[in-house]
Amino acid sequence: MSAEATTLPTERRSFRNGQNAAALVGIAIVLTALQYSGLLPGWLHRLPEAVIPNFAQWLDAAFTFIKDDLGLLALTRFLTEGLEWLLDVSGNLFFGKRRFPNLGPIPWTALAAVIAVIGYYLGGWKLALLGGGTMVWTALIGQWKITMQTVSVLAIAAPLAFVIGLSLGIAAWKYAWVDRVVKPVLSVLQTLPFFTYLLPAVIFFKVGPTAGAVATTIYAIPPMILMTSLGLKKVSPEVVEAGKMSGCTRFQMLRHVYIPSARTEILVGVNQVIMLCLAMVVLTAFIGMPGLGAKLLAMMGSFKLGRSFEIGVTIVLLAVMLDRMSKAWVVKQPEHFERGTPFWRRHQMLIVGASLFGGLTLISMVVPLFAEIGRGQDFSQGKELDTLIKAFLNIEWVKATTGFLRAFLNVQVLIPFRNFMLSIPTPAFILLVAAFAAALAGRREAIYAVVFFSFVALSGWWDRAIITLYSVVSAVTLAALIGLPIGIIAARKEKWATRILLVCDTAQTFPSFVYLIPAIMLFGITDVAVIFSILIFAMVPLIRYTIEGLRSVPEEMTEASDMAGATRIQKLWNVQLPLALPTMAVGFNQAIMFAFFMVIIAAFIGTQDLGQELQRTLAGTDLGKNFVLGICVSLMALTFDMTIMKWAHNKKRLLGLA
Amino acid sequence: MKKISTTLTVGVLAMAPLAALAADSSDPIVIPVHNWSSQIVMSNVVGQLLEENGNYVEYVTTDSQAVYESVRLGDVTLEMEVWEGAFGASFNAAMEKGGIVDVGDHDAVTREDWWYPMWTKEACPGLPDWKALNDCAAVFATAETGDKGRYLDGPVDWLKHGQERVAALDMDFVVVNAGSAAALWAEIGAAEADKKPIVVFNWTPNFAEAVWPGEFVEFPEWVEGCDKDPSIGPNPDALYDCGNPANGYLKKAAWDGMADKWPSAYSVLEKISFTNPQIAEMAKFVDIDEMEPAEAAEAWLEANKDVWATWLN
Repeated sequence: MSAEATTLPTERRSFRNGQNAAALVGIAIVLTALQYSGLLPGWLHRLPEAVIPNFAQWLDAAFTFIKDDLGLLALTRFLTEGLEWLLDVSGNLFFGKRRFPNLGPIPWTALAAVIAVIGYYLGGWKLALLGGGTMVWTALIGQWKITMQTVSVLAIAAPLAFVIGLSLGIAAWKYAWVDRVVKPVLSVLQTLPFFTYLLPAVIFFKVGPTAGAVATTIYAIPPMILMTSLGLKKVSPEVVEAGKMSGCTRFQMLRHVYIPSARTEILVGVNQVIMLCLAMVVLTAFIGMPGLGAKLLAMMGSFKLGRSFEIGVTIVLLAVMLDRMSKAWVVKQPEHFERGTPFWRRHQMLIVGASLFGGLTLISMVVPLFAEIGRGQDFSQGKELDTLIKAFLNIEWVKATTGFLRAFLNVQVLIPFRNFMLSIPTPAFILLVAAFAAALAGRREAIYAVVFFSFVALSGWWDRAIITLYSVVSAVTLAALIGLPIGIIAARKEKWATRILLVCDTAQTFPSFVYLIPAIMLFGITDVAVIFSILIFAMVPLIRYTIEGLRSVPEEMTEASDMAGATRIQKLWNVQLPLALPTMAVGFNQAIMFAFFMVIIAAFIGTQDLGQELQRTLAGTDLGKNFVLGICVSLMALTFDMTIMKWAHNKKRLLGLA
Repeated sequence: MKKISTTLTVGVLAMAPLAALAADSSDPIVIPVHNWSSQIVMSNVVGQLLEENGNYVEYVTTDSQAVYESVRLGDVTLEMEVWEGAFGASFNAAMEKGGIVDVGDHDAVTREDWWYPMWTKEACPGLPDWKALNDCAAVFATAETGDKGRYLDGPVDWLKHGQERVAALDMDFVVVNAGSAAALWAEIGAAEADKKPIVVFNWTPNFAEAVWPGEFVEFPEWVEGCDKDPSIGPNPDALYDCGNPANGYLKKAAWDGMADKWPSAYSVLEKISFTNPQIAEMAKFVDIDEMEPAEAAEAWLEANKDVWATWLN
């Protein structure tokens, strides 16, 4: 191998890590064995309640101090007024909320036409069809108003997140200290469960759309910051030189040199902001945001599966449309015209769009159907679909299959596994996690793992944290069992690979909420439904990175193994998989992060874990408890994130791939 | 054009009956909607009544416990269903902080507690006594709960304290929270097919009593303070060691600024009062007849003109 020189020291180090890990596992096994034989003192099995510090109460006191004594509430309430005004304006325009400027709602035909024109401008007929088609579907299926409620918040939250993210990204690129402060905050923010954003938002920004918009905005900011600073760092020195030579001021440098050069990264950031905003705005239904999410929540709650399915389709269409359009914008290069091109030529599309908009608005004043499709006029087949799905689930073999899976997974696999995890004494469990981190990454990660999990133990939510972890581990394991073979098979043929990758790309744009629909359909309100929803959500990155990992194996390597006369299986096991492993690990890591995200959302189905407690805090004003729970989830996720990413990094260097 | 003329007509219509009274503010009255059907339909019924009265209303979905804080701050204008057992504590806490007013009781009497459908009695004949229930806990066991019985509680945000009661009375039950009210009905429906014994959270007034006859479990009788003072109730060291009140109130509550801002709407709200059968009927429109809440409210108003005609000014 070419990496001979670096192999030796790393090898020695990883051997030492292995020894450390083995020692830790040994102690953990002894502790667990003692527990099973009843010899372990109770305080070593679980921390006695007396020593658990009341973090929640301290935090509550701190929050109350900041909120009332320092007057933060007054400030946020003041900001709320401004935000509410913006939301009211967009609410009025999109769905006719009776507020200033009292112009709306924009007729659905006019909006559909404008979106089709934008689609055409960005990506030709295909996008025009996608954009216009999505709008027409929404209107005809009778979901126009709820969709516009969602869109009206999106129209405020996404630009806000863009502006804030862009400014912070520029600051982080310009000043090293900002970068140092922002980085760790971002990684915590990205693993913090969404429910933790919701409660502070409600308390500080009033229940309903304002709180939802704030939570959505905050959630969508991190990728914008990352992409902005990444793009700015990559601007080539030649371009900067050219800017300096033409005598730009500092602001001009930023405006005319850096930002245009970093255009692609910034627009990728915009794409991510839009997608995250859509996913989140749907989830804010939990704190009273009206729109698609609220309707979906209500319909799923009452098992109206056909109607849930229709709303799911709308959400997915909206997501695909926004994703494709914003991606087309990334690719599209700015157009340049010769001097003296007449106005109408330069702004052809603008004129077409505006005149269609005006024309259709005028028509809709005469023909009401053009303005709004009333109740009973739509083509919704929700009720019929409900019956259809119920009938399908009642077919003998379907019922037998889901029934068998439920009973088998529950009784034979999940419950014994959960009970086993719960039976491990707390210190033994922490040592096991540390051993995992030590074996894969190294001493530093192992120490972090101990610190993080010790905090979870001290928080007093250990059992629930373990149940959360159990759901994540079981779901990711099952996802790997299904996803890896799919990825490996798909990677064999270029045609399959591109197709499956396209499916994965599309599936990744779906708001996570949508994944609950099939789970509840098949398995009702049970543990298996929880696992299933996490499983399908986590499978997407697994498949995707497996294919990409296998495809990126250098051709020389596979050819060499072919020449050495390896069979296909040998080639896969001995050449392709080891080389693809670091990339696959990234997918694995993402799958775990997704699982931590989804397991909390799945509290809606009814779980016994941290997510359920988090959801319960939404009912009150327990900010402290809400925060402690959120941090617990975040710390567990971070432990895995750090360990696996470090391992992938090391491995890549070792293989000479980085 | 149409827009302007409708706005004008609505405006004129709205102003006409109010000329006598002090005019209501044209700001919308914000009505909260929660996650069980009778409340959703009742909120829509009241909303449509207030619209009839010339007010402008908006609905916002909120959590049923957090709503009292919102009413107190004026973010939400009123609350139609304050159940003594479920929300008495939150309501009283908000009353103490100020900003919320009691607008009187409905005629309806409420009760919410552990409940079982009649067929359960065959497997556990000692019911409705709670000790008898505890003795046959094994009958209620499921794959998930092992040898303990399963009690299916309401969604977590209803804060039913099932867990605390099981601990306080040292019962052999595991509390499982349903994700929604509909999940409760689905479980009862599924159990009905093979007459499986089941014990779930339920309440009255509710459509369920008409569909599945059943009884509440009789826990040690509710004594004032059972949820605050450990010494009250059979277990001297625990809270929640009694049943819920058997004759609970169902109240209306409002933000204390409502009477000044929308005097006419407030006087309508004071007069509104629903009975148990009326509330059950509202829930039935949605849970059994699968209507949309707004449709159900229209249907109910249509069928009960005589009830509400006198409430309007």
